[in-house]
Amino acid sequence: MLDEKTIALIADEVARRLRETGRFPPAADAPPVENAPESAAEPAPAEDIASAEHKAKPLLRSAADPEALARMKRRTTARIGVGRAGPRLNTETMLTLRADHAKARDSVFADVDPRLLERLGLFTVQTQCDCKDTYLTRPDLGRRLSDEAVRTLEERCVKDIDVQIYASDGLSSAAIEANLERILPVLTEGLEAKGLKLGTPFFVRFGRVAAEDHIAELLRAKVVCVLIGERPGLATAESMSAYIVYGAHPGIPEAKRTVVSNIHKDGLTAVEAGAYITEVIEQILRQRKSGVDLVK
Amino acid sequence: MPTIVSVGIDIGTSTTQVIFSRITMDNTAGYFTAPRISIVGKEVFYRSEVRFTPLKTAVLIDGDAVRGIVEEEFRRAGMKPENVDTGAVIITGESARKENAAEVLEKLSGFAGEFVVSTAGPDLESIIAGKGSGAYQYSIENDCAVANLDVGGGTTNIVWFRGGDTVGKCCCDVGGRLVRLKKDGTVESVSEAAKRVADEQGLSLRVGERADEQTLARLTARMAELLSEALGLVPETPLLRAVQTPNSSPPPACGKVSRVCFSGGVADCMEASRAGTADFLRFGDIGMYLGRALRENAALSALRRVTASETIRATVVGAGTYTTSLSGSTISYSPGVFPLKNVPALKLSYQEQQAFLDAGPDALYERCRWFLAQNDAERMLLALPGKLDPTYQEVKRMAKCIVGAMDRSLPAGEPVVTVVEQDIAKALGNAMKQETNGRRAVAAIDSIRVEAGDFVDIGRPLMDGLVVPVVVKTLLFG
Repeated sequence: MLDEKTIALIADEVARRLRETGRFPPAADAPPVENAPESAAEPAPAEDIASAEHKAKPLLRSAADPEALARMKRRTTARIGVGRAGPRLNTETMLTLRADHAKARDSVFADVDPRLLERLGLFTVQTQCDCKDTYLTRPDLGRRLSDEAVRTLEERCVKDIDVQIYASDGLSSAAIEANLERILPVLTEGLEAKGLKLGTPFFVRFGRVAAEDHIAELLRAKVVCVLIGERPGLATAESMSAYIVYGAHPGIPEAKRTVVSNIHKDGLTAVEAGAYITEVIEQILRQRKSGVDLVK
Repeated sequence: MPTIVSVGIDIGTSTTQVIFSRITMDNTAGYFTAPRISIVGKEVFYRSEVRFTPLKTAVLIDGDAVRGIVEEEFRRAGMKPENVDTGAVIITGESARKENAAEVLEKLSGFAGEFVVSTAGPDLESIIAGKGSGAYQYSIENDCAVANLDVGGGTTNIVWFRGGDTVGKCCCDVGGRLVRLKKDGTVESVSEAAKRVADEQGLSLRVGERADEQTLARLTARMAELLSEALGLVPETPLLRAVQTPNSSPPPACGKVSRVCFSGGVADCMEASRAGTADFLRFGDIGMYLGRALRENAALSALRRVTASETIRATVVGAGTYTTSLSGSTISYSPGVFPLKNVPALKLSYQEQQAFLDAGPDALYERCRWFLAQNDAERMLLALPGKLDPTYQEVKRMAKCIVGAMDRSLPAGEPVVTVVEQDIAKALGNAMKQETNGRRAVAAIDSIRVEAGDFVDIGRPLMDGLVVPVVVKTLLFG
């Protein structure tokens, strides 16, 4: 392993050589370059290369029909019209790709901001996973609540209810941070307006979808609905889903889950999803079934 | 898959036509997400003959005779008014300026189902014809720019499409029936626009006198040239503005196109006039001359021709199949509120919307009251841009402001209706329902674009109530 001193030396050397090429901003203590334009003193703020605006710019320099390319790019988040350097991606594309990948990884590994949960009045319980690594490598443990969580829910939640709604990080904390505050009040107010008895909402850390089966059984909820972060892709890391089940219990077939996916600002917006899910839950309660059995 | 039947009735300057089409809808969203109902197919299953539009005098349409034609076509197609779900009756071209156009529509209104509407206006006709001719679809499939010229009896409607977007439209008084001729070439009538063209060219065209071949050739060659001016292929001359159809847009500056599609009756004359034996006075007008002139015009023939899937029927097919669109699939409405017909739209820009939200319902109330008075209307709808990914508080505030204003300004019993561009109608409509608390019916639909001055028809809900068919009418009478 390199020690910090060596790394600093290497960094300095790289910076020095880059500066010689004239394409690297001078060090803060370096004498000003002669004839340099004044604006060079204040570098423009770095652009977010993972932003939609940045990605909208076509990189292909010699497109036969630039307008058509722009139209095509508006219709997809796929990386089209980016050109190439020999058989490889251009540096620009490579960097964007890595920035998107970094965002995706961050949303998996980060925790949901506790201030958000506090604002929404949600307390936190945990599955049998003790950290992200366990969560990622042991899906089975993410489907069961810890003993402590069971005790907490027993203590703090109302039971024998029509609908239990709760949130869970799943594979994207960013999805919960982006959407939960927008969707939760629509759901609770909408369902209460229909005269349904709602459970006490909370947050489950390190949760897989099927943890809802355990929770539904524990709280004797007719319908359980988890709002959970979806595995992030390179297009968005903020996609959330709702998995809704009637009469859930551990071991219930996956086909019994009704799913509303793709909830994010460029998909189904959170408030609209909330209004839609309210109706779906009402239908599920009326038909007393969910998933593939539900007659839409 | 569920289908609806749509009728198109076009009463043009020279011809009247009826078509019936079947529009197929399906949920195109995946199983694991909210539904998205889209139109997945359109099939014209009945095309009437092309009839001459019955006229009482040069300025009066014979409404009873038109009604007779439509009745007969319904019978021939085996359709009854109650089988028809949607569609449009449109009076086009110079006919829309006939004195009794409104009366004729009135005669037909009970006819073609509950939802059928009447629209007119030269700009809208241009778009309808371009969609019916297949130029619109071509621009999507080939992702290119195409101009469609629908050369009819009284007008030429031009529209520019680029990759499925309408980028420009205009209309000129250039058409095959501007000069009507007897079998021996004696001039029967000359329209104002034709007179202007003849005067500029120093041609003599007098009713009762014979017009010679060369005069008609020169007249129509100039007309073809005017169309190439409208397309921006050659420099514009003052005459182009002189033949611009009243209430139409001037030729837009949307760049040169490399592809062009011809529809309308004169499009058929372009080929028909090629044959050596062609009878140029067959239709008793200058249509064949104009067809030949269009074919021979150097600037126009330099463009790549897109073959029209409909020529003389382009407008009626467009009216029957393209005027109806579907709302978004997550919407909210009180039971029984639809259908609504001819509702004038008060359109707010994003800035206005935000300003009203900040100012509260009183300011919006004043605006609504003014709008109702201006339009002498009992009902209205509010068209809003909405907001991308709003918070629930923002949605509630919007609902409070809308209901607060419209509840006060609308007469008792009228519903509070909003059309919002962003996909937030279900949330907004639900919030509006809470706000009205049952005092009034409400409706919020989305994914529909409405402009200031538009009138909107909203039909009965389809697909288990998930969507409603919507027709946005840009202009009633020019």
